[in-house]
Amino acid sequence: MPAKGWVEIDEALCKGCELCVAYCPVSVLALDTNRLTPQGYHPAALVEDACTGCNVCAVVCPEAAITVYREVIPRRHATTV
Amino acid sequence: MTRELLKGNVAMAEAAIRAGVDAYFGYPITPQSELLEWMSKRMPEEGRAFLQAESEVAAINMVYGAACTGARVMTSTSGPGISLMAEGISYIAGTEVPAVIVDVMRGGPGLGNIAPSQGDYRQVIHGAGHGDFFPLVLAPASVQEAVDLISEAFDLAEKYRTVVFVVADGSIGQMMEPVTLPPMRERKRARPEWAVGGAKGRAPRRLTSLYLKPEVEERVNLRILRRWREAEAHEVRYRGYHLDDAAYVVIGFGTAGRVALSAVRAARSEGIRVGLFRPVSLRPFPTQAIRQLASQAKAFLVVEMNGGQMLEDVQAAAQGQVPIRFYGRMGGMVPFPDEVLAEIKALAAAPPSPADDPRGRWLAQMAQA
Amino acid sequence: MTVSAPSKPRRKLKLVYQKPEALTDKATHYCPGCTHGVAHRLVAEVIDEMGIRERAIGIAPVGCAVLAYDYFELDGVEAAHGRAPAMATGIKRVLPDSVVFTYQGDGDLASIGMAEIMHAAARGERITVIFINNAIYGMTGGQMAPTTLPQQVTTSSPRGRDVVTQGYPIRMAEILATLDGVAYSVRRSMHDPANIRKAKKAIRLAFEAQVRGLGFAMVELLSTCPTNWRMSPIEAMHWVRDHMVPAYPLGDYKVDAALKKLRV
Repeated sequence: MPAKGWVEIDEALCKGCELCVAYCPVSVLALDTNRLTPQGYHPAALVEDACTGCNVCAVVCPEAAITVYREVIPRRHATTV
Repeated sequence: MTRELLKGNVAMAEAAIRAGVDAYFGYPITPQSELLEWMSKRMPEEGRAFLQAESEVAAINMVYGAACTGARVMTSTSGPGISLMAEGISYIAGTEVPAVIVDVMRGGPGLGNIAPSQGDYRQVIHGAGHGDFFPLVLAPASVQEAVDLISEAFDLAEKYRTVVFVVADGSIGQMMEPVTLPPMRERKRARPEWAVGGAKGRAPRRLTSLYLKPEVEERVNLRILRRWREAEAHEVRYRGYHLDDAAYVVIGFGTAGRVALSAVRAARSEGIRVGLFRPVSLRPFPTQAIRQLASQAKAFLVVEMNGGQMLEDVQAAAQGQVPIRFYGRMGGMVPFPDEVLAEIKALAAAPPSPADDPRGRWLAQMAQA
Repeated sequence: MTVSAPSKPRRKLKLVYQKPEALTDKATHYCPGCTHGVAHRLVAEVIDEMGIRERAIGIAPVGCAVLAYDYFELDGVEAAHGRAPAMATGIKRVLPDSVVFTYQGDGDLASIGMAEIMHAAARGERITVIFINNAIYGMTGGQMAPTTLPQQVTTSSPRGRDVVTQGYPIRMAEILATLDGVAYSVRRSMHDPANIRKAKKAIRLAFEAQVRGLGFAMVELLSTCPTNWRMSPIEAMHWVRDHMVPAYPLGDYKVDAALKKLRV
């Protein structure tokens, strides 16, 4: 089982451009239309569990709004994968 | 101190080196090219920056960049170059960084010619560029004075964080005179607290002339204006000759003032009580001193190598207290002392009435000549 | 859409990516999806990775990136339109140990500032130039740029750029590569993640060229202007891929031998 990822989106910076949504290879990002950022945009949000922490969203983000994490897989698990 | 025989342009260049200039950026233009050439030889010898830029536009923006680091920096050019530098000069003023610009004036407008002129007076006293700012403008009348003013120009530029012009008409740039150069000054090392140079161990610094919010721009405009008022209060410079008992006062700057001094001395020997007032700082203009003279003298004679550009400032200073006669030569023509002597005699024989139009009378006289 | 909160992984997390230190915390004024922000971020990442933030001086242009100095956590100055390479020259000549970069758009660099960029390059000034080519004037409202494509509609070429009367696009990376003073001149694009990664490598080499004293370096970055192209951000990315890349071929036009050996 691949490592799980996690992203945090800085809503003070996000402008809801959806580039991260469009380029996410596992389609786990979407705009959260229930929220408005201080700048007045619907922010991107992680909406599914399948994030792999691949970092593509951060690579395309024009606002440097995304922080990306990935699970640390203990060695014994890693060798069995 | 030893005296050396030096051409004005070379003397100004060496004076700048002695004053600790860190960088020179320029572009060849007659009649100042010897200044650039001297710098091309001497600056590398001293381990300092010299660069012949691709244009005056580039040169002034190189000056701008170096000025932002707190370096002592200068350029030199002539009127057509000042026109091209106008943009950069305005940015330098708007960013409140110091720079020294030498303008060796030639005949104009347009390509004009390469003969000595004072036709850039209006251009430089307003700093050539757009927006609200005030350069300091110093005008030497000899090679020695040019040397002295160059040294002072750097200190003034740094004190008031502004552009300082040294305007020498072409004859000052081209003539050779014996001069005493100042000793080599220590190059300043401490960078001013506003200068950029890498945010090592401190918060980043940002230098700009961009203030998008009008209320902020207004604050900056007012700060620049207040600094200028300080300069007005402390940096007025002029020279007076034979003024103590003078009934008639000749007013001229640079070479026109120097030629007028010969004429004043000749007139004195003929018994005419005449003196010379020579503005050295064209900005700040010696308004109060001229106003004082206007309250005492019978008449003024303004002599310039242009069509009466400073005349208007003299008129404003005199406030109608004294009748004014004007004599100018244009197009690169330098007046002879005899011409000015004839003007002094005419002034003493028949002072103009306060209602006269000095420029109109002079134009009519030129039409007859 | 309705958002279901995914669960945070239970195992220990390691940081994969965070905003570079060489960027300030300020939100930019750029339109949503504009790749100026990507270029800023890449420059900042490279500055962080090379450890040169404390000796870097950035020069902002006139154009959309006029406030770029507010977004970099380092010393910055603001140039007159097109004059950034001259200003950079002045700074670098008096502070040769500093790392000086200009950040310029196509109107700034390839139109009004053509003389300054060409001569800075010809002199081999040890500066790094980040050139944003989005084929349009952004800040002034979408007028024709020197890089506007033939037939491209802008607010000052409303019938499309007519090459007979309005001339042809200028390819700066190729032009600068002809000059002996240039150590590095390449074109990259920012239209998808893979190309953005390549762009970052190029920016790294352009700074390496300066730090190693090899000469002038420029990276031309094909960029989007969703607002003035009247497209969504993702449509704009596709427009770069489909229309700009064919007209502005990506590639290395000049790379100093010492840079070719570097692994970055």
